[in-house]
Amino acid sequence: MNRLSRWFPTPLLSLVLLIVWLLLVNGLSVGQLLLGTFLAISIPLFTYRFWDTQPRIQRPWLLIRFIVIVLLDIVTSSIQVAWLIINPKRRMRPVFVEYPLTLKEPFTITLLANTISLTPGTVTTNVRLDKSSLLIHALDAGTPEEVIEQIRERYEMPLKEIYEC
Amino acid sequence: MTLYVILEAVISLLLIGGATFAFIGSMGMASMQDFFMRLHGPTKATTTGIGCILIGSMIYFGVLDRKPVVQELLITLFLFISAPVSAHLLGKAALHLKLERAEKTQGSPAEIDDDANSIKPEPYPEHGRTLVLTRKELEEKQRQ
Amino acid sequence: MLDMALTISLALILMAIVFNTFRLVYGPSMPDRILALDTMYVNSIALIVLLGLWLNTKTYFEAALLIAMLGFISTVAICKYLLRGDIIE
Repeated sequence: MNRLSRWFPTPLLSLVLLIVWLLLVNGLSVGQLLLGTFLAISIPLFTYRFWDTQPRIQRPWLLIRFIVIVLLDIVTSSIQVAWLIINPKRRMRPVFVEYPLTLKEPFTITLLANTISLTPGTVTTNVRLDKSSLLIHALDAGTPEEVIEQIRERYEMPLKEIYEC
Repeated sequence: MTLYVILEAVISLLLIGGATFAFIGSMGMASMQDFFMRLHGPTKATTTGIGCILIGSMIYFGVLDRKPVVQELLITLFLFISAPVSAHLLGKAALHLKLERAEKTQGSPAEIDDDANSIKPEPYPEHGRTLVLTRKELEEKQRQ
Repeated sequence: MLDMALTISLALILMAIVFNTFRLVYGPSMPDRILALDTMYVNSIALIVLLGLWLNTKTYFEAALLIAMLGFISTVAICKYLLRGDIIE
């Protein structure tokens, strides 16, 4: 085990690198597989000192469900934003929301911030450096409380279940 | 035969839909009032539009070559990962420069309103708000 | 049908790039211009992919990939410059 973790300090990253290499060359031959494996082993070996330790995934099935929900939300959010843009009668109510975080790990906070940016009507504009709140700009929202409640129920609680329990 | 007609219709729909989304996103960027509202259009609508176009192209070449083509998926994935990161950095830069926001915006973030003890970027007055001093120049200016 | 769809989408993307150019020229602040340039990169990826469909060739995808990466890196670099006054500290 110790020997294995010396050669693969970040196993998930190695797998992703191999898949990306195979997608990049767009083919599955033995030579490309060998070259991809070499790169997938050597790149993490040279760079693993710069990576943060990643939290363990506690519940993989919930992660898949979360990804599907986010993909659907991306499509709905695009339609919503497009409708807001082309409809001149609709009055927009932009609002800055300070979102208090309950997540602790930097990795999950990054994931949450990126999810917020891609889903309905909100963009993360700042992560406070003390890691206790996010600053979110919403394009069309009633009150800050609604935005906070929606994000907490829809995205933060699943992330907390998946990674931090 | 009918399968090809259906596939052609699907590809056409994806292409036109994607181009419409990209167009609307750029239109939103050109027509909104303040910077923070302009940030929304390109981040969501344009990214989804390009995703649609790339998936349409993927289906087209997959049908033409009779084998799955996956390279476009890589570009789509990369765009969807990089769009929120660049939006976040742009928003952060805008907060740092304390850009004006529309008057109807609710809420007052401390990054814009509270100007205590942080080194503020000083714009050159003759260029408007567009240029920022480097740190060295700022220190020289404060020494004077 | 596909030819017509290609023509329409090329026209739409072209108009989107015109809007981006407008914001790039008249943008009142620096982040506006960076945002316009970033969107222009993304739209040019669409333009290149559509051109590849039009000419029926797959040669242009590497170019699209390179533009995607360079666009992202340059946006991050300019934002970093605006935030810190320096790119590499």
